[in-house]
Amino acid sequence: MIPRTAKAAVGRRILDAFVAAGAVEVAPDVLLPSATLLDLYGEDIRARAYLTTDPVRGEVVLRPDFTVPVVQMHMAGGADPARYCYLGEVFRKQDHGDTRPAHPRDNEYLQAGFELFSRDPQADAELFALFHGILAPYRLSATIGDMDLILDAVAGLPLSDARRAMLAHHIWRPARFARLLDRFSAPIAPRQFAVNDAPWTGLRDRAEMEARIDRLESHRDEPVLPAIWRERLQRLFAVAGPAPEALDELRVLADHMPAIAEATERLAARLRDLGALGVDPGTIHFDASHGRQTMEYYDGFTFSFTAPGRADWPPVSSGGRYDALTAVLGQGAAIPAVGGIIRPGLLAELDRC
Amino acid sequence: MLKLGVPSKGRLMEQTFDWFAARGVRLSRNGSDREYAGAVEGAEGVSLVMLSAGEIPRELAAGRIQLGVTGTDLVREKLAGWRSDVVELAPMGFGHADLVLAVPACWRDCEDLDDLASIARDFRLAHGFRLRIATKYHRLVRAFLSAHEVADYQLVDSQGATEGTVLNHTAEAIADITSSGETLRANHLKILSDGLIHASQATLLAGRAVADAHDLRAFADRLGIRGDLHAV
Repeated sequence: MIPRTAKAAVGRRILDAFVAAGAVEVAPDVLLPSATLLDLYGEDIRARAYLTTDPVRGEVVLRPDFTVPVVQMHMAGGADPARYCYLGEVFRKQDHGDTRPAHPRDNEYLQAGFELFSRDPQADAELFALFHGILAPYRLSATIGDMDLILDAVAGLPLSDARRAMLAHHIWRPARFARLLDRFSAPIAPRQFAVNDAPWTGLRDRAEMEARIDRLESHRDEPVLPAIWRERLQRLFAVAGPAPEALDELRVLADHMPAIAEATERLAARLRDLGALGVDPGTIHFDASHGRQTMEYYDGFTFSFTAPGRADWPPVSSGGRYDALTAVLGQGAAIPAVGGIIRPGLLAELDRC
Repeated sequence: MLKLGVPSKGRLMEQTFDWFAARGVRLSRNGSDREYAGAVEGAEGVSLVMLSAGEIPRELAAGRIQLGVTGTDLVREKLAGWRSDVVELAPMGFGHADLVLAVPACWRDCEDLDDLASIARDFRLAHGFRLRIATKYHRLVRAFLSAHEVADYQLVDSQGATEGTVLNHTAEAIADITSSGETLRANHLKILSDGLIHASQATLLAGRAVADAHDLRAFADRLGIRGDLHAV
């Protein structure tokens, strides 16, 4: 068992490095109002965060992550460029399903984080290089991804707006996404909407149902998505390997999927920037589907650092770009933002080995 | 000494007594109907504890009883990681109840979970909040919907008269226990074709950390349970 003080000492070293990189230290509340988080994460947050009630404030939640409160704090004061860092505990329920593992994950642990609000196109590379430098002594495996590629690929499909929006909505739910894609790739069998004599009940009204039935019927007249598009998407999702080779693959794919050309060149620029900052792109693994397994608010560059030989560990560090989140929480204002966290407790365990 | 916890009232208690009687073990309550203690005849080293069916999973996990009779739905709902705490020795063939997902019967466009996922997204856009599903089985329902990648919904707690929540506009759909489906029909609800979350029945359970496994085997032999007890 590693003492809490040892973990905190590792955390302070990381925080010092973040401050040296120009960040202002902030300390968000531990007890947060639940409404924003519930709206963002939905039912998942109840499974993962500790919710409780306060007689005055109503439903509150024990801080499950720092990004949302930091973004809220920043956007309340305007949408200017800024850089923040923090160190503190987050709290997560660990419900492992039917059988509890021998080594359950921690319910509370330290996060040291950095959030970069910036319109500089090199911000992704800057943040990644900062984390890469701090983590270098630990010999972790770095993986990056880019949700832009997938979002743009979906936006470029020859489908109606409604169908594209449905696919985009379910990008983070792979099975549902695949089923939708299958459905759009084949002729739709006529569907009977059996009439019954049940009286109308509930808040969803008849007009909402009729609008959906109309939509489903109009979808039948839509042309079938040619099979080649499903194959191209599947090829895109499967692109994985050392970053420079993955980039070559993406460029070949972009000849057939012009929609991803721009994001592919942004990735190329990011890899060049990393090289200029002293990070060899050949040592970084690229996985096009990386961002599909992470937070739903990441909508661009994503990254994680994992400890080799610790398959049961969560990532030691992770982060990504969340431009849309600043708009959602910005009440009209928005600024591009990228951020990430490191778990000092896991580094402390690696220190001991 | 093994402590056997059985439901303290109603049909579940009577059927449990019948099930054991058919296997040569006579369970009975002491004295009056109000006393929550009982007697066991026909088996050595077993004592009877009368409990609410909902408390039996936790009592087993805590090791305060070593054997128990309750529904598999309650075991899964009340014990996170239930397989680490209890072993199912024998399904008992009564107390059948299905935990199902039901929507208003008037929703002609909603037959399965794919429809529900699509309707939930539309509903959230139209109403500004997530489609509400009323239930008291939060863990089971959440795990089921998560496994089927249904998003854009929220659970609202309902500890009773759950079928009425749709009529009262406090939920758009429900997840509840049904045996015949009659209450659902009476409240103009229908079950989704793939909306069976869990098929429950009364089951004889043993705590995984049973103090005296030899006692347990002897009792299982007495009852003629051929189930695999190696796991115990």
